[in-house]
Amino acid sequence: MPRTTDEPASPAPARLPPEPLPITINGKPYYHDGDPAMPLLWFLRDRLRLTGTRYGCDDRSCGACTVLVDGKATPACSLAMSDAAMHEVTTIEGLAGEALHPVQQAWIEADAVLCGYCQTGQIMAAVDLLKRKPRPREEDLATLSNLCRCGAYPRIRKAVLRAAELLREPK
Amino acid sequence: MTAPPSPARRRFLCVALTTTGALLAGWRPLRAEPAAADLPLELLGDDLTTLGPYVRIERDNRVVIGAPGCEVGQGVITALPMLVAEELCVDWSQVSVVQLPYGYTQGSAGPVNRYGHQGGLPANLAEDWHALREAGAQVRARLLAAAAREWNLPAAGLRCEAGEVIAADGRRATYGALAKSAASLPAPRGPVALVPPSDFHIVGTPLGSADALDIVTGAARFGIDEYAADALVAAITRCPFPGGTLARYDDRAARQVAGVVDVISFAGPKPDAPFDGVLAAGVAVIGSSTWAALRGRQELDVEWMPAATPAESTAALARNAQALLDGDDPGLEVRRDGDVAEARREARHLVEARYQSPFLAHATMEPPGALLDLAGDRARLVASIEDPDAASELIARMTGLPRGAIAIELPRSGGSFGRRLRTDYVAEAVLLAKSVAKPVKLMWTREDDLAHDFYHPPGLHALSASLDRRNRITGWSHRCAAPPRTWRSTPLKGRPPNAGILEPDVFPAGLVPNLELRFHPQASDLPRDPGLGTYGAFQAFAVECFIDEIAIASRRDALELRLELLAQPLPATPGHLSPLDRARLIDVLGRCARRIGWGVPRTDGHGIGIACHAALGSFVAHGFEVSMHGDALVIHKAACVADIGSVVNPLGVEASLTGGTLASISDALHGAITTRDGRVRQAGFKDYPLLRMAESPRRMEVEIVASDAAPALAMHSIQPGAAPALANAIFAATTVRIRKLPMWPELVRMI
Repeated sequence: MPRTTDEPASPAPARLPPEPLPITINGKPYYHDGDPAMPLLWFLRDRLRLTGTRYGCDDRSCGACTVLVDGKATPACSLAMSDAAMHEVTTIEGLAGEALHPVQQAWIEADAVLCGYCQTGQIMAAVDLLKRKPRPREEDLATLSNLCRCGAYPRIRKAVLRAAELLREPK
Repeated sequence: MTAPPSPARRRFLCVALTTTGALLAGWRPLRAEPAAADLPLELLGDDLTTLGPYVRIERDNRVVIGAPGCEVGQGVITALPMLVAEELCVDWSQVSVVQLPYGYTQGSAGPVNRYGHQGGLPANLAEDWHALREAGAQVRARLLAAAAREWNLPAAGLRCEAGEVIAADGRRATYGALAKSAASLPAPRGPVALVPPSDFHIVGTPLGSADALDIVTGAARFGIDEYAADALVAAITRCPFPGGTLARYDDRAARQVAGVVDVISFAGPKPDAPFDGVLAAGVAVIGSSTWAALRGRQELDVEWMPAATPAESTAALARNAQALLDGDDPGLEVRRDGDVAEARREARHLVEARYQSPFLAHATMEPPGALLDLAGDRARLVASIEDPDAASELIARMTGLPRGAIAIELPRSGGSFGRRLRTDYVAEAVLLAKSVAKPVKLMWTREDDLAHDFYHPPGLHALSASLDRRNRITGWSHRCAAPPRTWRSTPLKGRPPNAGILEPDVFPAGLVPNLELRFHPQASDLPRDPGLGTYGAFQAFAVECFIDEIAIASRRDALELRLELLAQPLPATPGHLSPLDRARLIDVLGRCARRIGWGVPRTDGHGIGIACHAALGSFVAHGFEVSMHGDALVIHKAACVADIGSVVNPLGVEASLTGGTLASISDALHGAITTRDGRVRQAGFKDYPLLRMAESPRRMEVEIVASDAAPALAMHSIQPGAAPALANAIFAATTVRIRKLPMWPELVRMI
């Protein structure tokens, strides 16, 4: 569970501490008082133990760390805390309400798992896509650029199309 | 589906009742000495026993099954508990699954893993399955006996269904209600009858992953997700030159970084020594957080010294391979049937081609890493690994701890493809945890992963076929120059240098009267994957493309040529494809051809390609339908038909077949590790691209051939046929024959 950030993440820095940076994650307010250049990914993982956002690379090329920043799919590995500050971040842990998000439900129905490591990032990318393209066509699916080393793409494709159906169903 | 258990692997059932009234049933190796605290906490609940449990039946009839083995994406966390649940006669909806840890026990014949097979990969899948079924069946027999005693009826007249025992007169009792009584009964005498396969209600039905909910909510724990013991985090900069050494380093700036606790250097393996510790020399920055360690590492000033050998380069290695195949040195004989030279002299036509493949990385989505807590006289390892025996042995060797004092937890692994059978990163964690005397979590970055792998070796394959005047293949020569997998590697000690690169029994060996395979080992300093599984193996690519080239040169149908080779009445050479194996390969080829629309006249410019592969009791055919759309390659459809013997979870196998097909074409289209001046040039997915959604098949059809033959490890046969089938389809669509991998840059160059 998210913890408050009263205690410093690291031993006291040698120089003057930077101004604490406010950030909202899954609806809860936090402050970051460490290195402003630290990527959001490590704040989520090391500090808040929100480990569903995964590390896969450092250059925005794999998407394993995809989170929603103000609703937009963003790789957390390359977003400095100074740039994430003042924004609202949703991680995979904050996606479901009382019930699973339809995209998560569709993922289970399609059994889009294999090793499972990249799937949280894939789901976050799909949530963003389906908000913009409720009826995704082939060229829309092709914009999903998250990597899956296991090659689960056919199941991910099936899951995205199923999620689109679920999202269109009247609540 | 059945296999007689060998006496050495026989185990016996222990049961106990927990204080909450749950039945705990364990399955312990015979003769294993009981240890005091050898129960996995995952299944312990509120009780302490000395069992090695598989099953826990709660009073409310929920069933918890402990999953043995390491889940790396192959689906064992679902399939293995399905075998237990089948024999237990419960509904899958009653079952929840927990991952068991590594269960080290010292048996009289050596170390025994209480909960799974020994070593990284199962030596005998049928035996493993049988053991799990017997476990479930024995618990069921206990529950039946308990109900029989309660109702004073003969057990033979009772039956089990959906977690209940039912009498002929309609009386019913849930397993949960019988748990207490069952725990107090003596063990059933003699063998317990297994459920006949015709009555299976779980095994053979397609079931979703047991932990899918955890996967989609982010709750699933991978090795990298472990934060126990407030471990310090380590990031290592490693020597980029294989076999190189540390010349000097300056860590003053690194130590100034907030959160950096320590900087430690260590040596790599000695030249030509086996890789049984770390992979390379390194300087590690230890910090209070991942970012502190990574930032500290950026500030390191390190100078490395290349090994004394001349610096390796991909270009020089390729030139050397060409020279070896052009030269007079005959190389090592891998196989010789008949007289290839004679067939060549008599030939009406000759077909010749060379195929070239690069080094490949594993590039698992979760990079290597390990959390190790060395607390006095005990050790605890949490890591995404696939060979816990090897890790346990390594930690014991490096720390002097007895193996019984080393606990290993097995979280889910973010892919393996063989990478997690190696323990180099565990060795690094041991070195560092010993140095700082605190728990250490070792992080590898993507850059670390691509630059420091046990790579699949490259190869240059020269094939030559002699055809007679009726276009029959009378001679087949296959020569290969490649760095062996065996170099410096302990696991392959005693194996010939061609092992896992040019195997003597791959199609069409045994089916052509005059056939010769020869191997030219090349020197290379890059660490190579000693895994003999055919993942990344290039031999099948060369063979399956070459068959197509022969068909085209002799104006024949490529499918018919394969079927003709497989159907001819030559006596099978021992150790090669038996007539029965050939029938299974013919079957999958035929089914795949129908699925991909082979032989159907096309006017849309799409090309169809097909290929097949057989290995260790599994038979797989691939088909692709592709076209060029502008300057993009579109895969309209992919088909994969597999006969891998008995199957527990068809949905899981379908995932493996789909994934294996795509992972294979990902490597074939894009994968290449290259070296210049002795160092690997790839540092991220931008220069080691993987397949993306946009390039993946728009339709994927998978067919699993129904079979009651012995189960086979599909991993050995899924990959090899996919890439040549794609290359053959690209030729059909474009008349561009790709003989060099990766395909995509070749295709761009040639079109």
